[in-house]
Amino acid sequence: VAHQAQLLPGTLDLLILRAVSLGPLHGYGVLLRIGQISGNALLIEQGALYPGLFRLVRQGLLKASWGTSDNNRRAKFYELTSAGRKRLREETESWNRLASAIACALSQQPEET
Amino acid sequence: MKLLNSLRLRIATLFYPAQVNTEMEEELSSHIQLRADDLERSGLPRPEAERRARIEFGGREKYKEECHQALGNHFIETLIQDLRFSLRMLRKSPGFAIAAVLTLALAIGANAVVFGMLNGLLLRPLNVPRAQSLYAVQRGNATYIVQSYPDYLDLRDRNRSFDGLAAYTIAQAGLDTGKNPSTAWLFEVSGNYFDALGIQPYLGRFFHGSDEHGPNSAPYIVLSWAYWHSHFQDDSGVVGRTVQLSKHPFTILGVAPPQFHGTLLILSPDFFVPMVNAEQVDGVAFLNARGTRWVFEVLGRLKVGVTPAQATADLNAIGYYLGKTYPKDDGPTSFSLVRPGLHGDFFAPAARAFLAGLMLLAGLILLAACANLGSLFAARAADRGREVALRLALGSSRSRIVRQLFTEAVMISLAGGAAGLWASVVLLRWLSLWQPFPQFSMTIPVSPDASVYLVALLLALASGFLFGAIPVRQVLRTNPYEVVKSGSSGRAGRRLTVRDVLLVVQIAICAVLVTSSFVALRGLARSLHANFGFEPRNATLVETNLSLAGYRSDQLPIMQKRMIDAMEAIPGVTRAGLVDVPPLHMGWDVSPVFTDNMTDLRPWKAVAQAVTYKISPEYFQAAGTAMLAGRIFSLGDDKEAPRVAVVNQEFARQIFGSVSSALGSYYKMPDGTRVQVVGIAEDGKYTANIAEDPQPAMFLPILQSPANETWLVLRSSRDRQQLVAAIRSKLRDLDPGLPAFIQTWNEEMNGALFAPRMATASLGVLGLMGAMLSITGIFGMAAYSVSKRLRELGIRIALGAQRKEVLEAALGRALKLLAYGSAAGLLLGLLATRVLAFIVYQATPRDPLVLAGVVGAMSLLGLLATWIPAQRALSVNPVILLRAE
Repeated sequence: VAHQAQLLPGTLDLLILRAVSLGPLHGYGVLLRIGQISGNALLIEQGALYPGLFRLVRQGLLKASWGTSDNNRRAKFYELTSAGRKRLREETESWNRLASAIACALSQQPEET
Repeated sequence: MKLLNSLRLRIATLFYPAQVNTEMEEELSSHIQLRADDLERSGLPRPEAERRARIEFGGREKYKEECHQALGNHFIETLIQDLRFSLRMLRKSPGFAIAAVLTLALAIGANAVVFGMLNGLLLRPLNVPRAQSLYAVQRGNATYIVQSYPDYLDLRDRNRSFDGLAAYTIAQAGLDTGKNPSTAWLFEVSGNYFDALGIQPYLGRFFHGSDEHGPNSAPYIVLSWAYWHSHFQDDSGVVGRTVQLSKHPFTILGVAPPQFHGTLLILSPDFFVPMVNAEQVDGVAFLNARGTRWVFEVLGRLKVGVTPAQATADLNAIGYYLGKTYPKDDGPTSFSLVRPGLHGDFFAPAARAFLAGLMLLAGLILLAACANLGSLFAARAADRGREVALRLALGSSRSRIVRQLFTEAVMISLAGGAAGLWASVVLLRWLSLWQPFPQFSMTIPVSPDASVYLVALLLALASGFLFGAIPVRQVLRTNPYEVVKSGSSGRAGRRLTVRDVLLVVQIAICAVLVTSSFVALRGLARSLHANFGFEPRNATLVETNLSLAGYRSDQLPIMQKRMIDAMEAIPGVTRAGLVDVPPLHMGWDVSPVFTDNMTDLRPWKAVAQAVTYKISPEYFQAAGTAMLAGRIFSLGDDKEAPRVAVVNQEFARQIFGSVSSALGSYYKMPDGTRVQVVGIAEDGKYTANIAEDPQPAMFLPILQSPANETWLVLRSSRDRQQLVAAIRSKLRDLDPGLPAFIQTWNEEMNGALFAPRMATASLGVLGLMGAMLSITGIFGMAAYSVSKRLRELGIRIALGAQRKEVLEAALGRALKLLAYGSAAGLLLGLLATRVLAFIVYQATPRDPLVLAGVVGAMSLLGLLATWIPAQRALSVNPVILLRAE
């Protein structure tokens, strides 16, 4: 836990979209999936997930429906809409550009500048 | 707060559908259960697992709130938070809150009252079905709405645009129901009156056009509901009863519905009788006289699909026909349509100008109140700079803070609006029941309706946003870092601030109001002492109608002579004379006059329209009218003698060019009679308008131009009650059945002075409000600046400043602003007197008394408003003050 990184503002939505893109999930499942795909390296307060989910539903990027979890509990399941899929693609591209630019900038050796 | 909390919950559930709420609740719970399941699987006992799951989830309520916001449904929540906060802030400064609410209540109340009058008199249509298509027919070539009866019949029968054209005229008659004879106001109406208006009877039936079969063929009465209620005690047995109206039997047919008060806004008739019976009611009738325009108003409803323009064209075709067929009586005639209710262009423009002027001034009051509150709010916002900075530093957004300030402003404005509306509704209800004249059933139909409430609400909201907007810039520019670091914003503002500008604007507006009320007061004072062309003091009027008492026209001169002699025999009466209608009384007579060499005597060729009086020789002395040249008539100027007249100066000027050339010359009446001018009298006021321009007038001997309705004018300085008793006993000796109404001439003039008095009263009230607003404005500013600078003043005093210097430092700025504002307002006010000249007698801007009055009043206001702050500044004790810091 000590080595978990704080999320950058705005990245939670991207992570949710990515997690849900692999298949319909309930809220807790989204959280577990993010932990799984990020190697548990990110610190996310559990409740903080929900305003993000509601926001994405409102923007039409996710759609929600009630179902039953693996251990037979009622839960709300989220899945990606086509708009959400498109948004995930765009956001991923722009994040990769940003990340590689910053990585590139940070990896420059002093004499090369 | 408990109440507010529960209210908030209740509203929240109203606005968040319960389903959304429970679903959200369920989803979050399911998350915690799922997490607890996992924790339980890893070996924790269930209760511990659930506890851990809840802790890991974090602030559940906070996230729920954020979810609601994410759903975009947080408007009401935020609003309620703001309301709670604003209430708390206002409770901390009750003085400010009360002052603000009262200021607005005054301003919005004034606006609501004026709008209520505007609404009742000008905007609201008459209370009849489909009133939008109801129009009155006005003769287009003059501001002249009266018609003759034959012309009305032609209009009624020849037009193709109206669903029935009705006519009415106002009359007064004695009604005798067997118990107590009383005079009543009635409408003589055309037979189709109720049918054309679409009114259904409340009781019994109405008369119809088919009931008319020539003169005096329809002796029927339809009572108004109010008269039936007050004089017949709601007795439904009145239908079919026969009563004596002007000594003729009339049958009561029915009662009109309660909400129908006739078709003239300012006068509700007691009952309605068919116009064809006018001769029985009035003693005279002009049913066949095409040249005598006595039908008060002709009105009707346009047929569906007919536009006013088409109807006007239709009427003008009839006008063309009338002009060709009756060149002597009608001449070229055109017609136009006007809204009924205020007697066309006769009353309506004056009422419109007066109410528009009042509305403007009331708007200014509201503007001044907004400026006042705006500067108060700006001062408050400055004081709350620290709080705002702290909230900004803690992460509140600027828009959120501005929103809260607006909530506060609108809350105050709505409270003020509600209070003002309540007061105005009370006042309007009272006004609509008010009877300004004892003899005359005049009503002011201004009871408030939905549009008054709506306007008050809109004004309240608008003013809330107006003065709420003033501190916004201040908040937006706050730099939290600076403010928190340096403590209170102790900058001594030397440059011109928004607050200063607002104060000057406010004082200027108030000075305009004070100026206009001074001008109105001066006008009224002047009109009361103006030269009326007669002397109302020590004069008594006795109104008699000999034809109502059954006298035939050949008996009139003898009886009139006997009445004069009897009056002059009363001890203390110096002179008594007769006049058909006294000057400045409603119902004057105007006649066209022609020069002696004119042969074409059609009305529109006349050189002048002269007000005509029929008088006995004693009238001039009794009325106190001065003769300038020539002689008064004598009893010798009777039917057999050549026709003579006394004219006034204006008449002499307009017809003959000068007084000297008028004396002894001749002019012509419309019937071709040559009349010789034997005397010249002074100019006076004649029509019921104190502010009229000089009008030509002629006085004819009553022996040559008989009149059956006459007023006795008595000059006497005797005690009023004794005099009235003496007059009554003398009249009883002459004829016990002669009805007479006795009043002093000053009382009678209340009618003519009604409009200027109302104008003065309204302007006076508005001026007073303006004065109060400027006091609170200056007081607020001065008190604020003193309290802000107490420390500085303390240091000054400690360093040896004198009282004068302290005062100058503390209040100099406020007084300077007051002076600027007053000067600007005075200037504007004097420009505005042009507008006032419509309603105020001889409103003139160059009146030293008005100038001095305004300057004096504004200085007095300044003194009053700065008195308490000045005392506070002077009583500063530097030792205590500096120690406290």
